[in-house]
This record gives sequence, C-alpha cells and structure tokens, in this order.
Amino acid sequence: MIELSGLTKRYGLKTAVRELTCVIRPGLVTGFLGPNGAGKSTTMRMILGLDRPTAGRALVEGRPYARLIDPLTVVGALLEARSVHPGRTAYHHLLCLAQSNGIPRRRVGEVLDLVGLGAVGTRRPKGFSLGMGQRLGIASALLGDPRILIFDEPVNGLDPEGIHWVRNLIRRLASEGRTVFVSSHLMSEMALTADHLIVIGQGQLLADTSMAGFIEENARSYTRVRSPDREGLLDALTHAGLDAVPSRDPGAEGAWELEGDRTAAVGELAADRRLVLHELGHHRASLEEAFMRLTSQSVEYQAHVGAEEG
Amino acid sequence: MTTPPPPQHVPQHVPSQQAPPQQAPGQQPFPPQAPPQVPGQRQQEWQGQAPAGGSSLPMVRTHLGHALVSEWTKIRTVRSTVWTLALTVLLTVGIGLIFAAALSTDDYVGMPLLAGGFFGLMFGQLCVISLGVLVITSEYGTGMIRTTLTASPRRSRVLVAKALVFFALSFTVTLASTGLTALIHSSMLSDQTVPAYEYDNPDMEGSIENGEIVATTGHWVDATLGASLYVALLGLLALAVGTLLRHSAGAISTMLGVVLVPLIAALFMAGESLRDLRDALIEYSPLNGLASMFRIPMVGEPGSGWTMLGLLAGVTAAATIAALARLTTTDV
Repeated sequence: MIELSGLTKRYGLKTAVRELTCVIRPGLVTGFLGPNGAGKSTTMRMILGLDRPTAGRALVEGRPYARLIDPLTVVGALLEARSVHPGRTAYHHLLCLAQSNGIPRRRVGEVLDLVGLGAVGTRRPKGFSLGMGQRLGIASALLGDPRILIFDEPVNGLDPEGIHWVRNLIRRLASEGRTVFVSSHLMSEMALTADHLIVIGQGQLLADTSMAGFIEENARSYTRVRSPDREGLLDALTHAGLDAVPSRDPGAEGAWELEGDRTAAVGELAADRRLVLHELGHHRASLEEAFMRLTSQSVEYQAHVGAEEG
Repeated sequence: MTTPPPPQHVPQHVPSQQAPPQQAPGQQPFPPQAPPQVPGQRQQEWQGQAPAGGSSLPMVRTHLGHALVSEWTKIRTVRSTVWTLALTVLLTVGIGLIFAAALSTDDYVGMPLLAGGFFGLMFGQLCVISLGVLVITSEYGTGMIRTTLTASPRRSRVLVAKALVFFALSFTVTLASTGLTALIHSSMLSDQTVPAYEYDNPDMEGSIENGEIVATTGHWVDATLGASLYVALLGLLALAVGTLLRHSAGAISTMLGVVLVPLIAALFMAGESLRDLRDALIEYSPLNGLASMFRIPMVGEPGSGWTMLGLLAGVTAAATIAALARLTTTDV
C-alpha cells in the first residue's frame, strides 16, 4: 500500500505536484495517468525518497521510504529512462544492487532468466536495445521479490511482444496480491492493464476511480439529434417516451442526446411528425477522448498549430 | 472523531456492479489470460493470503557491510577503474624506472636516494584523482545514482561506503607502485658517493652515511606509506568534489586546478613585493606536499610532508562533510 497525503513539490515558482492525496492499494494494478509533464515521474521519485516533498508526505507500508531497512524487498521500481551504468554488465549491475540489500546472489540469475536476459547477462547495457534496457530495469525491480512495484512508463520502447509480456507480468504481479503502480501517458494502454485509475494534470488530481467506473462514465454510447425546431423535437421525443438531455459537447449546441443507439426510433419519429432534422447520429466516446477531455485544461505543452480536430 | 467506523477495508472505488466490468463498446477486451475481477474480491483474496503477498526472500537488516560489498562490486566492474589504476602503476613505476636508468651512470645525482619516485607519482596521482571523481560522477552522468539511492536510501551510508572502498583500493595500488619504485631506486642508485660539499645541505640530512648515500627507515616510510596516503587522500578529496559538483569534467578540472594552479601561478610572480605570496603558494601547493614526502621540497623543511598530509586530511574532511550535506539534503 502506498499512501500519498497532501503531497506537494515546488521547483521555485513552478508547482510540479500539488496536494496530491490518494491511496494505491494491494492486489490491484493502479494506473497513473497524465499528459507529459503532469508530475507523474516527480510523484514517483518522491515516493522513492529521491525527491523531497515541499509539503505533505508519501508512505509505503506506513513508513517513509527512507526508513525502510531492506527497501528492495519492500518496493521494486523501474525508473524513468535508463538508470544504469552502461559499462557495467547486466549481471554485475543486479549483483551490486542485490548485495546492498543482502539479497542472495542466486536471485540475480533468477530475475535475469525471468525477464529473458539470461543469455546476455555478461554483456554491457551500452549495446542494449531500448527494450532490453527496459527488461533490465524490470529485472532490478523484481530483484527483491517486493510487495510493491512502481513502474514508470514500462512499455516505452518495447515491441508488441514486449508490451504483451509487460502487460501479463503486471497483471500477474497484482493477482499475487502485490501493489502495482504503473504510470503511462497512454489511456489505451491503461485500459488493458489497470483496475484502478489515478489521473493527474499539471500536478493536480483529476480523477481517482476504478477502471470499470471510468469506462462506464466516459465510454458511453449515445444518439445525437438536432433540429431547427428544438422544442418541437423535445416534445415529440418526450411523448414517445425517449429521454433526451441537451448536449454538452462543444460544437453541438442545441442538439439533444439520448442514451444508446436510438437512431432508428428517432428517425421514424421525426418522419411521423414531419420534423426537419439537421443531424442524427450515433456516437461513441473513446476512453482516449475521455482522457483528453479530462486533461485538456491541464496539458502543459499543447501543440497550438493543427490542434483543432478535423 | 465523528466519522462512523468504516466497514473493514471497503475500497472506496468499488462500483456498485458485482459482475466483471462490462466490456465497453469499442474497447478492446482485457487480456484473456487475466480476466478482470471486481477489485473488492481481489483485495479480499489478498487479505486472505497476506503473508504470501510479501517477499519470499529472508528479511535482512541492511548495514554498512552490505553497502561496502556492493560498492566493491561496483568499482571493480567498470573499465574506468581498471584503466585509471593501471595507468597509475604504469606512470609511477615506468617513469621511476626511466629516471633510475638515466641516473644510474652518474656518480652522484644530487638528491636523496628515494626522491626520484616523486616524478612518476606526480603523474600517477592525476589518474587516482580522476578515478576518485568518476566513482561518484559516473553515477550522476548515467542516472545510476537514482538506482543506487533507491536501493540504499540511507545516503550517507552510500557515500561512506564509496569513500572507504575507493580509499582502500587507491591506497593499496599506490602503495604497491611507490614500494616497487622505491625498491628500484634503492637497488640502482645506492652506490653513490656523496661529495663533501653536500654534507651541510639540509635536504640531504640523514641521507649520508660514511660518505655514501642511504635511505633511513623514515625515508622509506615517507616515500611509500606517506606518499600513498597523500595521493589516496587527494583522491578522496576528488570524490568529495565530484559529489559536490555532480559533473565529471567539472570536478576533474577543479581538482587539476587545485593540484597545479598554485605552482603555475607562483612561477609568474616575479618581483620582490610578491615574494611572500609566491613562497606561500609554493609551500602549500599539493605538489610541494608530495615532494616533501620524497625530501625534495621546493620551499619549506624537508620533513614537512606529514604536516602537509595533516593539512590535506583536514581539507578533505571538510569537503567530505560538505559532500555528505549536499548528498543527503538535495534531490537527485
């Protein structure tokens, strides 16, 4: 279990993380989602005691990370990019980490085999592909067989086979009862792996919800209908027992929305009542759109040219 | 507290539905080999087997010993260590050997028996300094420092272990190099006859016995143990500077400046008015301290090497305390 309470990090005038409060529970994959620069890595570094919070605190298993006496058997972390010395072989990299926590030497070979680097343990990471580097990072996270796993963008740079492998690994770790905290800026990736979602934008908590709840709420399917005779249309719909609500989508002012796919019913109704329709269609919001809508106000580095959707 | 006691561990995020999450239209299914479960169910499962959720490895209370073993593995498994230390030996012994060979034809070389060891070590020490810097800055340069401090969140322990391992290693290698050089010099140059006019030279005090040049036990200790301690301490200072600057090139340049600049600056200080400053710069330059260990100081008493060593130890201790403060209080 990881508990964040009022976690805040300021760099000078810029606030990277603002009063983040949430709990990351065991037995679940918790997705940590946000656009680039939202403060995901900063939050993870504060959990790991690498960065000192300006205010608030982060606790792992009820203690600050720095107080753990055998940190690697409690928390395993895959850090951003490569945090290895490129000139030290994969085996020795893991060995020095194991030794610092009194982990038996045999475990090094085990995790190398586990991540599929058994054959290249004697090579230097200098010559590793991005995917091999990620696997080495995952091996060091698994070294202490920890109860908590923190993965910062684990599928970055992996090929489809590698992505599939990481997904299964993450799900298996959670099903074993471990706490798994995975950051990503890809909603589609999280939809496949996460049970729970924590969304941040510009360092602020935007959502803390179960994946199922998020899907239910955001990936809804609806029918949109628009007529120049707005009131007449609503009248007809209500008489026919169809519930309609005004559309809140920008660019769809004056339109009505109905749950689910009701295009046939609405079309027939309009023909019966001789109502003019300017629009009738079935829409489905993707999770990616829902995520973009959620974070649109907080994207730090927005592309202003061509950002308008076509 | 007005909050009613919550039911034990009900996750706040559990939605009302009891079935697995409905597959949203247009969404890809979850991986078939790991069907999604209701979060609440999974958590209960976990609580039922809580001990199994922990590490299968024995719990160990980590201490400095673990950090020392780990740092020893780190330092011996990168090529920069092998290169810098090999160069230290090569330069110290090699230049010492060339020096001895060049002088062995002369009757009298005009300096104490073991003094020639200085010239090789003068270059060799630069490699030790580079290694001292690299031990820490290579971790900042590659991002390894984040991995290191995640594995060992007691940061002072990491720096202490690094310092001890580096000091022991560089001292041992330097001692072997200076010991070998001293043996070469004493065997190739020991049959010199000292001319009578040198009998009153303070630099030659204790070096003359029955008109022949000799090295006393003190000379041997200074030229090997003393000189190696001096160089290893300089390396330790380099490690502290590296921790403070977190940048390889910056820290190596700074250390080269510390070692070379006082002497070079003094060279260009002509004129009587600058004489005191010039002499002080020369006397307290790190190179003069090392030369004193070999009894050939440019300025100062021939036996002043250990005083300079004490001074260097003080400076190194201060820099190390500053490095500890920087490492333990700043983000990485």
